[in-house]
Amino acid sequence: MNEAAKAEHGHDHPKHELSYCAKRIYAIRDLLIEKGVVSEKDIQCQIEYQEARSPANGAKLVARAWVDPDFKTRFIGDPKSACAEMGIDATAINEFVVLENTERVRHMVVCTLCSCYPRPILGRPPDWYKSFNYRRRSVVDPRGVMREFGLNLPDEVEVRVHDSTADIRYLVLPVRPKGTENWSEADLAKLVTRDSMIGVMDPLNAIPE
Amino acid sequence: MSSASRFNPGDPVTVKFEDRPGHIRTPWYIRGKTGWVERVHGDFRNPESLAFGRDGLPKKTLYLVAFNPSDVWGQSAGPKDKLLVDIYDHWLESAAEERNGHE
Repeated sequence: MNEAAKAEHGHDHPKHELSYCAKRIYAIRDLLIEKGVVSEKDIQCQIEYQEARSPANGAKLVARAWVDPDFKTRFIGDPKSACAEMGIDATAINEFVVLENTERVRHMVVCTLCSCYPRPILGRPPDWYKSFNYRRRSVVDPRGVMREFGLNLPDEVEVRVHDSTADIRYLVLPVRPKGTENWSEADLAKLVTRDSMIGVMDPLNAIPE
Repeated sequence: MSSASRFNPGDPVTVKFEDRPGHIRTPWYIRGKTGWVERVHGDFRNPESLAFGRDGLPKKTLYLVAFNPSDVWGQSAGPKDKLLVDIYDHWLESAAEERNGHE
């Protein structure tokens, strides 16, 4: 541990060689702390907040919507207050829209301009969601992209691709897997994958015990 | 939400074809294309102003606009498939004359 560096800044920097961008980020961080714009505690709290948000939030909401029709109505009608009801803070989202999949209509979400994503509900987006490949191809050939995820849709199913370019954050409410009629909410939540809430995949199948 | 939005669900609209610098939230591929309003999201601060540290006012109505993929790309894999993009009011113009009937 470099005690001199620690004494100088009050915190450690990584010991390995930093890239240009990393050096710049640390320099900006140090300046913000030095000038009192943010505290080290603020930064740590923000990192913890970012890390705490995960697809488990979305899975909880979806599983509840599957078992409770009244909740589902509220979740689609007023997603933010439905989140609050479940103890999930979605207030950071300007406007939150839930897209309900059916046997006849499938939704898929992309942000062709950057990486707009319902982070309070799903955490940080996966790298492929931010890739040029996904952003370019999902609007042109959504069925081809879904096939690569393992999903083959018949022509008669309507595919609705949402390019979330503005203030709206979209979450797909997938169809409840067959054969889960007697499942508990907690077990159902385990079937709800991140990718099924982006819309590129189905939830996991119910595997008989 | 939006007291008097310029367009209502079902109205045919064309996205303006403009090329100018700034924090534009209208994807290039949809400029000049015609679709219809699917939903009125409400009024939001203008990101083209917000991105430069300004207040984003006056707010702009944001619409969910639907397009037939064949009208955008010249082809569509599924006959019922739709492409839906969120577009601010000032990027839209009425296409009522050039288009009758949709969906």
